[in-house]
Amino acid sequence: MMAFLNFYLIPGVVLGCIYALGAIGISLTFGILRFSNFAHGDTMTLGVYITLSLVQFSGLHPLLVAPLAMVLTTGIVLGLDRTFYKPFRTSPAIMLVIASFGLMLMIRSVIQFFWGVQLQALQTGIQMPLEALLPVRFSENHLLIIGATVLLMMAVHLVLTRTKIGKAMRATSDNPELAALTGIDTEVVIRATWAMGASLAVAAGVFLGLDTHVETMMGFKLLLPMFAAAILGGIGKPYGAVAGGLVIGIAEELSAYPWIGTTPLLSPGYKGGVAFAIMVAMLIWKPQGLFRGRQF
Amino acid sequence: MSAMLELDAISAGYGETEILHGIDLHVERGEIVVIIGPNGAGKTTAMKAIFGLLNITAGAIRLAGEEITNTPPQQVVTRGVAFVPQSANVFVSLTVEENLEMGAYVSRDDPAPRIEEIFELFPPLREKRRQAAGLLSGGQRQMVAMGKALMLHPKILLLDEPTAGLSPKYRSEIFRIVQDINAAGATILMVEQNAKQALMVAHRGYVLVDGENRHSGTGRALLDDDEVARMFLGASGGASGKNDGNGGRPA
Amino acid sequence: MEQYYGYFLYLLSLLTMGGIYAVLTLGLNVQWGFTGLFNAGIAGFFAVGAYVQAILTTPIYARHLGGYEWPIPLAMLAAMALSAVVGYGVAKICIRLRADYLAIATIGIAEIIRLVFKNEGWATNGPRGISQIPKAFEDLPQPWNTLAFVAMVLAIVMVIYLALERARTAPWGRVMTAIRENEAAAAAAGKNVERFRLESFVIGSALMGLGGALMAQYLKQIDPQVSDPLTATFLVFVMLIAGGSANNKGAILGAMLMWTVWSATEILTSRLPDEFAIRSAYVRIFLIGLILQFILQRRPQGILPERRPKPHPRLRGDRAPAANTGSTKQ
Ligand SMILES: Nc1ncnc2c1ncn2[C@@H]1O[C@H](COP(=O)(O)OP(=O)(O)O)[C@@H](O)[C@H]1O
Ligand SMILES: [Mg+2]
Repeated sequence: MMAFLNFYLIPGVVLGCIYALGAIGISLTFGILRFSNFAHGDTMTLGVYITLSLVQFSGLHPLLVAPLAMVLTTGIVLGLDRTFYKPFRTSPAIMLVIASFGLMLMIRSVIQFFWGVQLQALQTGIQMPLEALLPVRFSENHLLIIGATVLLMMAVHLVLTRTKIGKAMRATSDNPELAALTGIDTEVVIRATWAMGASLAVAAGVFLGLDTHVETMMGFKLLLPMFAAAILGGIGKPYGAVAGGLVIGIAEELSAYPWIGTTPLLSPGYKGGVAFAIMVAMLIWKPQGLFRGRQF
Repeated sequence: MSAMLELDAISAGYGETEILHGIDLHVERGEIVVIIGPNGAGKTTAMKAIFGLLNITAGAIRLAGEEITNTPPQQVVTRGVAFVPQSANVFVSLTVEENLEMGAYVSRDDPAPRIEEIFELFPPLREKRRQAAGLLSGGQRQMVAMGKALMLHPKILLLDEPTAGLSPKYRSEIFRIVQDINAAGATILMVEQNAKQALMVAHRGYVLVDGENRHSGTGRALLDDDEVARMFLGASGGASGKNDGNGGRPA
Repeated sequence: MEQYYGYFLYLLSLLTMGGIYAVLTLGLNVQWGFTGLFNAGIAGFFAVGAYVQAILTTPIYARHLGGYEWPIPLAMLAAMALSAVVGYGVAKICIRLRADYLAIATIGIAEIIRLVFKNEGWATNGPRGISQIPKAFEDLPQPWNTLAFVAMVLAIVMVIYLALERARTAPWGRVMTAIRENEAAAAAAGKNVERFRLESFVIGSALMGLGGALMAQYLKQIDPQVSDPLTATFLVFVMLIAGGSANNKGAILGAMLMWTVWSATEILTSRLPDEFAIRSAYVRIFLIGLILQFILQRRPQGILPERRPKPHPRLRGDRAPAANTGSTKQ
């Protein structure tokens, strides 16, 4: 039982938090800019590498420099939006998808060029489980990740429900034509969307980096689970994306639990397929997602 | 003094297809003006053209004497025009209150006092203020849509078929509200399918057919016109005998 | 003389790889160009073809499935067939989805396929891959073997081109264009939209499988990373969009041209000092990305724009002639 908790459930929740934060950006972009942003994962990677450089430069804890990395990444993403997405505001969504597909590889190649492809670490030293909580094995990082995720979610909730720009974001996601008729400045809304999506992606990436390591494919590897989470939660529904992320993260970890007999239910090599399987199942049976998001 | 809104020989359409072929229309300060016409006549298109949603190829639109031809929607809103489209006219996942707040998006002032005033105008909305607009009945949604449009005291309110699909009870309610907000000073241009009721509350009306002006006149005159009666009022002969006494306004 | 012979061989290798990419690009053209189906998992179908070819033709070897020693042409047909079957499965599930979802689903499929080839070591030798794959005409003396292989690839490209041109101008192709442009109108005209799209996806997948089978022979060895899956997918997309979506000549031209650019930049960068040479591989990808963005914004119809067949008689009267990569406004 303890093994289940320690080696499957807790890692699942941690992974779920990371997916959830990433999926919010995917969901918002889909809701407001109306396209699937394939570059989201690599935006995340970029933010992590910026964080890494800031850590190496300042010697501070990654979570302390992460806010600055969020701001810098947001700035870069806003520049990319102007250059590569803005020309297609009134074009069919697929043009944006192709542009983001190209951008995904461009961002990654820039990262690989400047930082190289070798594994790196955000933190040195081995994380030990906290003594006080044993036999439940919770490392300090796990607590930090879960705690920070909860804080970020609350912040997102407050922005979306208490601020004018947040409400305008929800309104635009709801009905872009009406938003324009109402006088909502869609360009401002779009910038806010990028800022929120990119910041949360950077946070997610830094958490992943703390939990594992830093490498140039880390964001891309998260792309599919993040999409799956966004679809599971109902596209355009940030809260749904959070729930979807947790479900997918936990499902991935639990898929390797020896539910029957003593061997893992699913060979760990196929862990990456779990998110995909859930996503395809949703697309077939419930394309509007668990929380009745927009259906296409 | 110049008209509140004036369309001067407007031609406009979608892409290559021209839908409006030079229509003229004006709305004076404090008036209710109704546009009627068969389906596909271009009534909605005319409203969208005023609102800068499609490309105007010829003619001019003036708001209180100033030209607003091809001005983007956001600036049209800032200049005091509000538009309530026929369908999908509320943000369904936002609460009633948030919808109203969005109606005041372009203003920096605190919207709360004005929201209270809107609740005075549409009392049923007050108790639903925290409900998602998508959960309301059709009539109440229409109230939210109109309330949202009134948030900034627009100089002129454009309503596209505000009573479409509503029960008779709500229909009369909406017409009553239109008269109320007009009495409170708002100028109104509205498209209506319920031609008879609409012409009874209107000061003047236009008949639009195939993207061109067909008739225009006071509400009363159009009600009495034989051709208009035949086309839109579903009656044989004029409807004049029935419109005395109630909400019809003296022209 | 020696030097010219070297150039000659290089030219042949350009033509071979360009030709193989042309097969892939033509396959994508059926899906994306004609029908508007965004397949972001080209590498997956390609890998299926490559592995089928490898497993069916290699001599027996303890570390992976094999020893069937099928004749090469038969194995190529099998590669196409299995790729088509996978394509059918994907299409059956995803074809109704909007383009974005299809893209995500196909990226996912490619990823799963990669996982299978990586994890099922008993069949595929896992990450180490399969080598010593027989190559058509390799028993001939040099340079005839190389020449014969090029000729075969180019002949295959030609046959596919002619067949697709036939299909494009036939009623099938015209319906396809109609569906891409105005699905509602096509459906209203009584066309079974889903079936047409499915057919198109399956045909495209089969061609990608064939591309994989050719590549397996040419490289003589494959592994789950068969030339970095995303780069391959990406390159094929850039080739098609650069050459001209929905134009078969454009697809071939794009493949040849972009492959030459890709390969030439490799030569340039390989002459740089070591430390820089490794990194400059990333510069190449970046540049290709930039080319894509430039084309998308400045010339979305590609070098050779679509030449449309006459509209299908029953579908005439559709509005707005707008290519799927064009700048349609709603
Ligand atoms: N978005 C659009 N694109 C192209 N044509 C349109 C569009 N909307 C309406 N139309 C066409 O414009 C004409 C007028 O439509 P509309 O103004 O909605 O009519 P009405 O509101 O009077 O019923 C119709 O023939 C309609 O088919
Ligand atoms: Mg209308």
